[in-house]
Amino acid sequence: MAESEIRYLQPINIEVKKEKYCRFKKAGIKYVDYKDYKFLLKFVNEQGKILPRRVTGTSTKFQKKVATSVKRARHLAILPYVGDMLK
Amino acid sequence: MSTRYETVFILTPVLSDDQVKEAVTNVKDFLKKNGATVKHQESWGLKKLAYPIQNKSTGFYQLFEFEADGDFISKFELELKRDERMLRFLTVKMNKNHIEFAEKQRNKAAEASN
Repeated sequence: MAESEIRYLQPINIEVKKEKYCRFKKAGIKYVDYKDYKFLLKFVNEQGKILPRRVTGTSTKFQKKVATSVKRARHLAILPYVGDMLK
Repeated sequence: MSTRYETVFILTPVLSDDQVKEAVTNVKDFLKKNGATVKHQESWGLKKLAYPIQNKSTGFYQLFEFEADGDFISKFELELKRDERMLRFLTVKMNKNHIEFAEKQRNKAAEASN
């Protein structure tokens, strides 16, 4: 008998692994400005917490720069410590 | 050996316009008096704070970029701390990339304005 066709209820989608890259290396940005509200919003989630590297894919060097500038922005009340619906 | 610093400070919103100017000028005079050269001065006006400081929700943001010696900074911050109109301040030492970024920003602003 032909090998049993296993028909799935719906085709399994293989999670295609999106190649993560460090946006700073690619764009050639050298300095993360702590005063730039819009730019820092990209690295902070809705509650205002800093996004981890595995999510943003940034390299260690720039993740540290981002972290320090986010903390400086929080000190200057540009970014909230605990935000709600920041996006 | 003078290094480049950038200070951002927030003034309480209850001040009238000339009080804000007066506060900014006495910071500038203090800098000049102690041999620091002010490279760039910027004011972002009244902005909403992300969280209330001393239960005020807005503040006048001022930015100063100046060149000074290292040991001057502690005197400068003591002066800022003494000024009770100041809600908050942050002094940052500028490294090579920061200086380049600030200059580029200023040129862009200059081009945009003229």
